[in-house]
Amino acid sequence: MEKTLSIQGLRKAYGNIVAVDGISFEVRPKEIVGLLGPNGAGKTTTINMVLGVLCPDAGTIQIEGVDVASNRSQALACTNFAAVYTPLPGNLTVVQNLRVFGLLYEVKNLSKRIEELLQEFDLDVFRNKKCGVLSSGEQTRVSLAKAMINRPGLLLLDEPTASLDPATAREIRTGIRQFVRQGTSGVLWTSHNMYEVEEVCDRVLFLSHGKILLEGDPKKMPAAHGKKTLEELFITVAREPLTLGMG
Amino acid sequence: MSFHRTFAIVIRQFYLIRGSFSRVVPLFAWVAVDMVLWGFLTRYLNTVAMPGFNFVPALLGAVLLWDFFIRIMHGIIMAFLEDVWSRNFLNIFATPLLMSEYAGGLILSSIATSTVGLAVMLVIATAFKLSFFVYGLMVLPFLLVLFLFGISLGIFGSALVLRFGPASEWFIWPLPALVSPFVGVLYPVATLPHWMQWIARFLPPSYVFEGLRAIVSGGTASGWALLAGGFLAVGYIFLAYGFFSKIYKSALRTGLIARYSAENLG
Repeated sequence: MEKTLSIQGLRKAYGNIVAVDGISFEVRPKEIVGLLGPNGAGKTTTINMVLGVLCPDAGTIQIEGVDVASNRSQALACTNFAAVYTPLPGNLTVVQNLRVFGLLYEVKNLSKRIEELLQEFDLDVFRNKKCGVLSSGEQTRVSLAKAMINRPGLLLLDEPTASLDPATAREIRTGIRQFVRQGTSGVLWTSHNMYEVEEVCDRVLFLSHGKILLEGDPKKMPAAHGKKTLEELFITVAREPLTLGMG
Repeated sequence: MSFHRTFAIVIRQFYLIRGSFSRVVPLFAWVAVDMVLWGFLTRYLNTVAMPGFNFVPALLGAVLLWDFFIRIMHGIIMAFLEDVWSRNFLNIFATPLLMSEYAGGLILSSIATSTVGLAVMLVIATAFKLSFFVYGLMVLPFLLVLFLFGISLGIFGSALVLRFGPASEWFIWPLPALVSPFVGVLYPVATLPHWMQWIARFLPPSYVFEGLRAIVSGGTASGWALLAGGFLAVGYIFLAYGFFSKIYKSALRTGLIARYSAENLG
């Protein structure tokens, strides 16, 4: 089966600062891959390049076999994203936002799809409320509904549950896992919540200073590197990458 | 080109305007005030100036056409600024939307909003006994040239905001005021010093207002001059679009598009 996301030799520098340093990885269908790392590691830069809003200095990105650089529109048609720092316009209602983005992604039977998402993300009661007056958790749910509107082959989630209460976060995680299991989509997920990562991700990539330091199964990795928990491993990667012998 | 994606930009603007009193009023309020002000002024001038010359089609007509041009330009800028104000660049440019579809959506939004302003201006102009029949069929190329140039200036202004950030919108609103002295909205271009006349030749509206005055004086507007104005305006659209595309590509390289929403670079 074709890879959902294939990244080869991706590099991005801002002046002398190298944000992403020649990374290569892939996301397979039905796979949830965690992209982990401390602030400034290059996670958001990587996601922005996948989303086509930032040009890499070198390397290639293919989404479902389509090259983002040469065929941007077609590549982005089969992806979508939700990020904690990018709420939907607060001056449109929930339904209006979903309709606008549904049209942008050319979703078939859009009205039906919007109704499905309103139910799925428990947003029906807010359907005619402007997004700006919703709580941050409710806004996150609207962003996630928008991210699912075109049933993307590749779903990019940048700290999707950061502003959700534990119960809602668990429901969202369950929903996304269900979405992945039922279809052929792959997910690239960033989070600073290691409990969440362990629960959701099939595989994780640890990024530090723009490079992938570690890769593996989040349930097995801590023991493999002499750590008790994934969080402990994360802290080591963030503070002392050289002690892992890979810096 | 996707009709759905272009329509998405238009319907977004429709939703915003429909739900907002503060967006509806500016569509017609300022042009209405302008028409009333100039309506009374031309009426007064007709009473004190030498008999036989009618200031209404010469001045009020010119103000109406100029306000139409401004509405077109502002229509594009407003639709673009909605994405700036709502920090929506990352959401919108991470979709399959093509730049041509985005520009098309901005232009269609502007046509819709400026039509409202034009309709209100025509109603008020009628109250001051201004009839477009005075200009005959030439009113169509007049409107077309101004419409095309308004689009080009709107796209150019949007590119400046994209390049210099949200605060630069204050450069953009006065752009028509910067152009107006050169194009002779209220006086013949011949009144201007030689260097300003030279610049006027490169500005499409000057052909419109010269043509308008020729008709009002009992002559005819030069079709060739208007054609030249039309070609110039189309050329400016291509130049403005090229400029916007260049700024957009530069913003993709520097990360400016992403930073309009996300201030960090992860």
